[in-house]
Amino acid sequence: MAGDPLWSIFVNACLINNFVLAYFLGICPFLGVSAKLETATRMGGAVTFVMLVSSMCAFGINALLLTIDAPYLKLISFIAVIASTVQLVEMFIKKVSPALFRALGIFLPLITTNCAILGLALFQTNKGYGFLQCVVYALGAGVGFTLALILMAGLREKLELAAVPDVVKGTALTLMLAGLLSIAFMGFAGLGG
Amino acid sequence: MPAFDSTRDKRTTDEFVKGLWKENPVFVQVLGMCPVLAVSNTARNALAMGLATLFVLVMSNIVISSLRRFIPKQVRIATYILVIATFVTITEYVIQAISLDLHKALGAFISLIVVNCLILGRAEAFASKNTVGRSILDGLGMGVGFTFALLCLGAVREIFGSGTLFGVELFHDRFQDWVMMILPAGGFFTLAGWLLVFNWFKERKARARSLREEAA
Repeated sequence: MAGDPLWSIFVNACLINNFVLAYFLGICPFLGVSAKLETATRMGGAVTFVMLVSSMCAFGINALLLTIDAPYLKLISFIAVIASTVQLVEMFIKKVSPALFRALGIFLPLITTNCAILGLALFQTNKGYGFLQCVVYALGAGVGFTLALILMAGLREKLELAAVPDVVKGTALTLMLAGLLSIAFMGFAGLGG
Repeated sequence: MPAFDSTRDKRTTDEFVKGLWKENPVFVQVLGMCPVLAVSNTARNALAMGLATLFVLVMSNIVISSLRRFIPKQVRIATYILVIATFVTITEYVIQAISLDLHKALGAFISLIVVNCLILGRAEAFASKNTVGRSILDGLGMGVGFTFALLCLGAVREIFGSGTLFGVELFHDRFQDWVMMILPAGGFFTLAGWLLVFNWFKERKARARSLREEAA
């Protein structure tokens, strides 16, 4: 695990074990903000960014917790780090680029409760990745999340025009689409090893 | 205001009942989807996950509702998350002590109870505004509703996916497993199926009501 080459980690996180379609992480934003292509792209970008930052922080925290021998504090410190990272990122973007801040809107604070971010921090610790591997893993996971979100948004925009029975409309239809996408992503299973 | 409601009138029990059906967290509010889909591949995993969530939900509701006067408004979300994370850590160690197999099967999803939007949602929407007694009932109702929904999914997926229920063989050798049902895609399809059933009920009820109104 710890000796995996970087490209294999990237492909693995992005396609084979896609965070949304194979691990079911980050389903809430996946269902919530995938109605329009534009918002989906922005959300994907914001999540990827927070993933990168919090993955680096989680690596540092984990090393620190191992030296003071307190593994039971892992969960609490990870979630605290993620919450404060999101807060910092929010303030930073607000200062540097108000336009981008307005574009992201309410999505930024919502990222705190996105399980994909905490999941990423936990998985990378369990797998025992080094610093560079963590960064690549976070990048792969973020790109995979964005990819799934954009694909979903594209499909849903097309489906707006389709005539579906009233019973199916809404979440049920979205879930079926997600199921089909998930089957499609299973095709990548042979890529890694 | 007393900490416990001594008058157990009809409205108090309503807090419990609403989570079971009318405001079922999974089928009606569509909250906490990640664990619902991820660990519902067998009925046993689903039940364990449901009970773990129920415990965390009730305990965090108790702590948050009893501290609701002391938590400053600006940092309330961070406080809620810390309270929840504490109970999740306890749960994780307890499950690990009881059954290592179960701990392996549920994997990181025990830790991920922290970011289950259902728990944070109840803390923010209910426990921060109500008495301890009501919050316990609300947590119990929502937790049981959540467990019920998880069991619905887990049972269907296990029966079709491996021909068993709680590990008991149902069909002998005559059944060809639908492997798709245990895979991630099966989770999406099963939940979509249950939502369809619920929508159908809702629509039938609405139609019956409009027919009755027309007649009257």
